[in-house]
Amino acid sequence: MRSTLMAALSIMIMMAIGALSPNQSFALDAEDAPESVELDTLSDLYEPVTFDHAMHVDAAACVECHHHTTGQQPVDPNCLRCHANSGEADSISCGECHTAERFSPEDLKERSNPDLYHIDKPGLKGAYHLNCVGCHEEIDGPTGCQDCHAMTEKGKKQFQVSIVPPKEGSKKGVHE
Amino acid sequence: MKKILNRRTFLKGSLAGSAAAVSLGRSQKAMAKDFEGYPESMGVLVDLSRCVGCRSCEAACNEEQNLPAPEKPFNDFSVFDEMHHGQKRRTDETRYTIVNKYDVPEIDHPLFRKIQCNHCQEPACLTSCFVNAYTKTPEGAVIYDSTVCVGCRTCMVACPFYIPTFKYSSAFNPRIMKCIFCYDTRLKKGLPPACVEACPQEALTFGHRKDLIRVGRQRIREGKDQYVDHIYGEHEAGGTAWMYLSPVDFEKVGFDTSVPKEPILNFVKDFLAIVPMVLTIWPALFAGMHLLATRKDGIKKQKQTEGETE
Repeated sequence: MRSTLMAALSIMIMMAIGALSPNQSFALDAEDAPESVELDTLSDLYEPVTFDHAMHVDAAACVECHHHTTGQQPVDPNCLRCHANSGEADSISCGECHTAERFSPEDLKERSNPDLYHIDKPGLKGAYHLNCVGCHEEIDGPTGCQDCHAMTEKGKKQFQVSIVPPKEGSKKGVHE
Repeated sequence: MKKILNRRTFLKGSLAGSAAAVSLGRSQKAMAKDFEGYPESMGVLVDLSRCVGCRSCEAACNEEQNLPAPEKPFNDFSVFDEMHHGQKRRTDETRYTIVNKYDVPEIDHPLFRKIQCNHCQEPACLTSCFVNAYTKTPEGAVIYDSTVCVGCRTCMVACPFYIPTFKYSSAFNPRIMKCIFCYDTRLKKGLPPACVEACPQEALTFGHRKDLIRVGRQRIREGKDQYVDHIYGEHEAGGTAWMYLSPVDFEKVGFDTSVPKEPILNFVKDFLAIVPMVLTIWPALFAGMHLLATRKDGIKKQKQTEGETE
């Protein structure tokens, strides 16, 4: 699933790059971005999300989600220390930097490298939710779990949604 | 003037003697006593500013640990308003972890705090248990063996965080219920506990404890005013494997900030050290004194009987 997403994204990037004439700036253009992206790598308890990229391009600047990877200058002065001129990255896909295998033994081993600067880089699931929910809270976008992705059958089982809570007042052992 | 050994001076002397023994025991142990936790201990950093109260961790824990079905489904958020005996929800025999909601005036949205066993580096439950039902593993988990437990519940009294709970529904087959860091199924294989894996916001960060302290410090430093300058659990109760970051003072989100910054064991170590001394030296000492004190009487008696026979 991850590879299909990656493949789709890289084709889109190649098309975007192909559309540019050689003399143009090296920063990616929002117009060349995909209309929508299917976020299905992590789908398990919830259905995949069809992310309306075109709509979000109008709501936010590229750097707000893609950091320094699209070639624009980042806003955070701390990022600028290294990424003022780092240019466009080979891949701008989220999963390229934010691992879907967060907290796996391999991931933890990588993170115990004493020379690693980004010791607190979230995994893919964390990156999506921290970025999306954080912004949605600020601009009153949807923030409920099922506002963005419906629960799968497996999710319903884990959250035990079929349980009917006891009526108010009839709860045993609950006072006040 | 001849010094008379009366009862008072004797007691004074023995008190001074035992005080010396205690301080000696203390200084001897001080060299080896500071256990700073297993070097490869894993842990979890809980960031209250990231938690959105989705209860995914509660659902994942319930499934992973085969716990009984809850009263309300895990996507029912009315549980945050529940009050039991004037208290917010707590862990019990049906749940190893719960999330509680706190409304804090200085922040325009509620804060959520996940509660579970903090997996102390020197656990009070473990040291209080006289049948050794608890084990602190090198990976950092505090696990429990129900086969040796006698159900005395001393661990419940000893825990500074009120975490171990008793399965009252099986009192004749005593069992303490508490978070075991998913030790059997995950931690010993190097995998994160189920709650961490379920968290969408990465409010729970799993890693080596020493790395998590670096991460916590970095978040405090780079987050400017987002956090209070404290990692709860770095030193509390002598250090815990599970640690917390909070955007507001910890007592405002239900934390007990009066928990001492040293292992609970330290408060009883000195006392426990003199128990063997009392049990071994005192009987011999007092028996000897008794024999000495009654020796004269014995001799006198013997002389009397000798006189009578003459």
